[in-house]
Amino acid sequence: MTTPNPLKPSERMKIPRQEPLEQDAAARSTNFLEVSFGFDMDRTIVEAQRCLDCKTPYCSDGCPVGIDIPGFIRLVLAHDYVGAVRKIREANYLPAICGRVCPQETQCEELCVMGKKLTPVAIGKLERFVADYEMREKLFQPPAITEHREEKVAIVGSGPAGLTCAAELAQKGYRVTIFEALHAVGGVLRYGIPEFRLPKEILDIETERIKALGVEIYTNFVVGRTATIDELFGEWGFSAIFLATGAGTPTFMGIPGEHLSGVYSANEFLTRVNLMGAYRFPDLDTPIRIGKSVAVIGGGNTAMDAVRTAKRLGAEKAYLIYRRSRQEMPARQEEIHHAEQEGIQLLLLTNPVRIIGNGQHWVSGIECQRMELGEPDDSGRRRPVPVQGSEFVLDVQTVVEAIGQKPNPIIQSTTPGLTTSKRGTVVTDETQKTSRQGIFAGGDLARGGATVILAMRDGKQAAAAIHDFLTAKPLA
Amino acid sequence: MFRIIQTRQLAPTITLFEIEAPFVARKRKPGNFIMIRVDEHGERIPLTIADSDPARGTITIIVQAVGKTTKQLCALKAGEAIRDVVGPLGTPTPIQHHGTVVCVGGGVGTAELFPIARALKDAGNTVLSIVGARSHDLIILEEEMRQLSDRLFLTTDDGSYGRKGFVTDQLKDILDAGDGVHAVFAIGPLPMMKAVSVLTRSYNVHTLVSLNTIMVDGTGMCGGCRVTVNGAMKFACVDGPEFDGHAVDFDELMMRNRTYVDLERMADERHACKLAGMTREVIS
Ligand SMILES: Cc1cc2nc3c(=O)[nH]c(=O)nc-3n(C[C@H](O)[C@H](O)[C@H](O)COP(=O)(O)OP(=O)(O)OC[C@H]3O[C@@H](n4cnc5c(N)ncnc54)[C@H](O)[C@@H]3O)c2cc1C
Ligand SMILES: Cc1cc2nc3c(=O)[nH]c(=O)nc-3n(C[C@H](O)[C@H](O)[C@H](O)COP(=O)(O)OP(=O)(O)OC[C@H]3O[C@@H](n4cnc5c(N)ncnc54)[C@H](O)[C@@H]3O)c2cc1C
Ligand code: SF4
Ligand code: SF4
Ligand code: FES
Repeated sequence: MTTPNPLKPSERMKIPRQEPLEQDAAARSTNFLEVSFGFDMDRTIVEAQRCLDCKTPYCSDGCPVGIDIPGFIRLVLAHDYVGAVRKIREANYLPAICGRVCPQETQCEELCVMGKKLTPVAIGKLERFVADYEMREKLFQPPAITEHREEKVAIVGSGPAGLTCAAELAQKGYRVTIFEALHAVGGVLRYGIPEFRLPKEILDIETERIKALGVEIYTNFVVGRTATIDELFGEWGFSAIFLATGAGTPTFMGIPGEHLSGVYSANEFLTRVNLMGAYRFPDLDTPIRIGKSVAVIGGGNTAMDAVRTAKRLGAEKAYLIYRRSRQEMPARQEEIHHAEQEGIQLLLLTNPVRIIGNGQHWVSGIECQRMELGEPDDSGRRRPVPVQGSEFVLDVQTVVEAIGQKPNPIIQSTTPGLTTSKRGTVVTDETQKTSRQGIFAGGDLARGGATVILAMRDGKQAAAAIHDFLTAKPLA
Repeated sequence: MFRIIQTRQLAPTITLFEIEAPFVARKRKPGNFIMIRVDEHGERIPLTIADSDPARGTITIIVQAVGKTTKQLCALKAGEAIRDVVGPLGTPTPIQHHGTVVCVGGGVGTAELFPIARALKDAGNTVLSIVGARSHDLIILEEEMRQLSDRLFLTTDDGSYGRKGFVTDQLKDILDAGDGVHAVFAIGPLPMMKAVSVLTRSYNVHTLVSLNTIMVDGTGMCGGCRVTVNGAMKFACVDGPEFDGHAVDFDELMMRNRTYVDLERMADERHACKLAGMTREVIS
């Protein structure tokens, strides 16, 4: 196949990495509109020209769902954007989402050869452009489903793992039903990741595309309560079940003062704002409280989203308190960068020890302690140790704890024979099989907190395993 | 959408609804609740399932109009629908044979108590019930409670019906009579449940209360419903809503429940204004 790239490799390497268009930092820190506009068509073409179209594309190895990256970039260069997004969708049913929220710098882009000496190709932004193009021009057509199968498969949870598994199985011809506990679809994509990073309209469109494959979705259905797993197999007649209920239970630090009004888990804070639309109170009914100064505890994507949300809700000062150093922060680079631009103050190597009340049961401050890095711990990261006598008090009226989540135990505790780990995750083998025949699990439920793309990888893998399970010949 | 089959006014501000929710109806047990969202813009609020009819596929809820959402709900008529209903949620009440139990209901709490009292009766307990309210017109489910109880006591704060005084006055008399009360189940406003728990502690009688915390999801996902029980953090929506009344930190919970008072009032007043505005338009 002739490559449509007119440039010689040496010329391609001279092109600087394109920068995305973004909303101005001062303006955006007061609104919930999307921060990044991504690439326009010109930038897309220029960026695509940077790709060396490698014989051995390491980039694709870095993508957990194995997108044919040089393949889709070639189609971009041929101006066949719809062809490009169809190529992506062969491996990834939710490109508009991944293009926005994947931590590309530790995945596809980390392995891109251009990154060895120069900067990697902006694969995520290219992916986003073609997905948005298809959406804007309304050129989506659901892939043709050629076979139809009788077996019914239940998917529990409508986050990226569940949606992906549903899309895969529906394309294989299965009758697929998704059960979702909340009143809206999407999991963390709906209630966790804010509008300014992932507009809900995009999620709605992607959800419609899943439905276009014939997938049935029951919202307001808590598996384990509204019906148990064994009832889904029994009276409901499902032949296999994929559990993708995520890691939705918040953990609290266990420091004094957590019962005070004004203290939130990040999940509650973000759910009120994203799922319930509290930023539009009183036009919508769900309230949220925000003080003049807000402290968010944690260093991951969740903490970053919470602190940037607090700023947008009108906090004059928004602090992020993290006990390790910047290097160890698990949040995406782009988000840390955006947060700083928006005036978020990072208090690194700092650990909260106590939340202080004002005598009327409201938060009035948080006492913190400075930390320094000691010996590496189990995770290989240097362990933070407190500096004696370094305590100080920060005046804040709102505290949000974003220190991690664990799986919700409702299903595990109502499903006999399902093996779980000490951390509460459901144990699976490498094909997503659980300890119980016909039950598969993946995403954050199996991994603890991870990423959207890993959840999708698990969803795909589970779909393949379910297909094998349902088509396996019974042993004679 | 969840269709309303019928409504019945039980008291000036308290309405009973029978709602079509077949999956919930089949699975619900005494002590379970649902989360509802009246419409697209609504808040999620918890309501106890007072009764269910699996054959008809319906559940019954009894709602007191106290703020924006409950007022909006109470204005709905048979044939209209509720946007979202999810459940049954919460850990069901542990029902067993205790011997003699006292069931204490305050205000709309009697609606939450009713299914539990009936289950306790069905389990062979002698059920003494105390139903209290501020005044006569706020007493609900009197006949239903009378039928299932071995004895029913009524109290009103203003003496307009039954005994004048608080439910705890009646409860104290029962405990003092020394006939051996094995357990107390109390559901009502937090100050009432606290007073009951304080009283029964001195008699060393096991007491279960049902906590009205602020909830968002009702499935253990937000931690907004957290309460301190025996010094430990519990999530009322999954670990409860019922807890040992002697172990609950009521004062802390009462403070937490005030978190949104002014904002709630604002939403309520806005709602009232909108309604008033609508009437004006209709009139002019
Ligand atoms: C605030 C925040 C920001 C993040 N940002 C990023 C990011 O930028 N990039 C990235 O890659 N990752 C990010 N992550 C992580 C990522 O979102 C998760 O790893 C991913 O969503 C996990 O997908 P999942 O499908 O396993 O579960 P989830 O997305 O958690 O979805 C699980 C779904 O199951 C439902 N459910 C739970 N229990 C039941 C039940 N019993 N019955 C029925 N339904 C049930 C839940 O309501 C939920 O909708 C972020 C996470 C958070 C919290
Ligand atoms: C597990 C559980 C079961 C419940 N069952 C019932 C029931 O069967 N019938 C019923 O009428 N109510 C029940 N409630 C209470 C009901 O959820 C609240 O009355 C409702 O959330 C108020 O919403 P609102 O928007 O109408 O009022 P808001 O404007 O939110 O509040 C108005 C006022 O009501 C009070 N209030 C607010 N939230 C609560 C609360 N959670 N509990 C008690 N008072 C509150 C406050 O004083 C507040 O200022 C239950 C609560 C819980 C947690
Ligand atoms: S899905 Fe994520 S990892 Fe894969 S190519 Fe796209 S941005 Fe990279
Ligand atoms: S590794 Fe980089 S340069 Fe090579 S094909 Fe992938 S994106 Fe293009
Ligand atoms: S209501 Fe959210 S955890 Fe209980």
